[in-house]
Amino acid sequence: MPEAFRLALAVAAKDLRLELRSKTSLLSAMVFAALVLVVFNFARDPTAIAAQDLAPSILWVTFAFSSMIGLNRAFIVERENAAFDGLLLAPVPRGALYLGKYLGNLAFAAVVEAVTLPLFVLFFNVDFGHALPGIVGVAALATAGFVAVGTLFSAMVVRTRFAELMLPVVLLPFMVPPLMAAAQLTSRLLAGRPLSEMIGWLRLLGLYDIAFITLCTMVFPAIVDE
Amino acid sequence: MLPAEGALLEAIKIERSFGARRVLRGVDLSLAPGQVLAVLGSNGAGKTTLLRVLAGLMRPSAGEVRVRGRPLGRDDLEARRAIGFLSHQSLLYDDLSLIENLTFAARLYGLASPDQVARRCLEEAGLGARLADRPRSLSRGLQQRAAIARAVLHEPAILLLDEPFTGLDAVASDHLRGLLRAEAMRGRALVVVTHLFAEVWDLATRVGVLAGGRWVLDASRPDDAVAFAAHYLELLRA
Repeated sequence: MPEAFRLALAVAAKDLRLELRSKTSLLSAMVFAALVLVVFNFARDPTAIAAQDLAPSILWVTFAFSSMIGLNRAFIVERENAAFDGLLLAPVPRGALYLGKYLGNLAFAAVVEAVTLPLFVLFFNVDFGHALPGIVGVAALATAGFVAVGTLFSAMVVRTRFAELMLPVVLLPFMVPPLMAAAQLTSRLLAGRPLSEMIGWLRLLGLYDIAFITLCTMVFPAIVDE
Repeated sequence: MLPAEGALLEAIKIERSFGARRVLRGVDLSLAPGQVLAVLGSNGAGKTTLLRVLAGLMRPSAGEVRVRGRPLGRDDLEARRAIGFLSHQSLLYDDLSLIENLTFAARLYGLASPDQVARRCLEEAGLGARLADRPRSLSRGLQQRAAIARAVLHEPAILLLDEPFTGLDAVASDHLRGLLRAEAMRGRALVVVTHLFAEVWDLATRVGVLAGGRWVLDASRPDDAVAFAAHYLELLRA
């Protein structure tokens, strides 16, 4: 295993262990996701809009906002006892550091999404059936992209006075393309549309991931080095 | 101080500003193996800033830091491996136990058998019975011991210590002095920032006094501590 990847895994494992110990973000994100679903469930008029039509946007709003809770905390835990200085002092390439934080955040978002999806089916009574593998694939692609940007912005705003408030403000505009593509794809998957209708959106997600994962890895060192 | 041949650590004309405020003004430093520099000065003299610049945690506004003759840059992992840093804060995660904290640090430094190294360092710091404890459950002094164990875990060639004796009891202070002396004997270079020079007097081979971001004294440690105390106060008042 390449050294940089081994170091990244060590950082990600540490982040997950910290989260499992405190469970602060995970529980908050899950409660938040359940609340959003409850609110949307009771706010909609089932005779006016079919659950199937509303489902994709609600699903992605829930995924995005609950994942943001984890992104917010990713670097705030490093402020404790100036632990982030310890990471910066170590002979770890900044790219590996970014990758480690990214993998940790990705695992967090995956857990939140895995818990949210059954809740969503329960509340909205949407039959995923044949569409489930496709939706899981779309979720993986979209989450990989916005978590990459979120990890970078989380590092960027952590030194500001209102980091928790700043992150959504700077991150949300960058989340629009993957969320739009993911909602469109989910809608088509649920409607059983052919793959040819989805290629454009899939391409957008793929390009977004490649562009932003590369860009964020390159920019991260300049962000963390004062 | 002029850069010297064979120096482990060099700082050349270091400047550091925060906005319009100049904290360091052309600080030079050169440390050979085995040398222990005690950095003294009043509050706000730039001691901690100097230490952070030397550790590579803060970029100088001008000037350069060199480790074994190589510029300390973001990508120079070997230079970073050579540095051990003890700050005001412990650099430990409160939700991980001491052994988990140090094992993680050992992994970052690519040490073989990280768990064993972490255990040995904590035992040497007198924390053998507290391996599973979390930092927040320890007293200030015990946290400081753990932080010291973390700083020396990878056997760095250069040790940068910011007020290392803070919170330590007499026994722990004596133990730390012994440890630092042993590190110097093994050819490590030490920079110890402190307010209380009596704590490092026996240890130091050189004394530097910072005032207003520049050296007002940089010399071999004098023999007479009492005479130096009077001179030191004059320097601070000047």
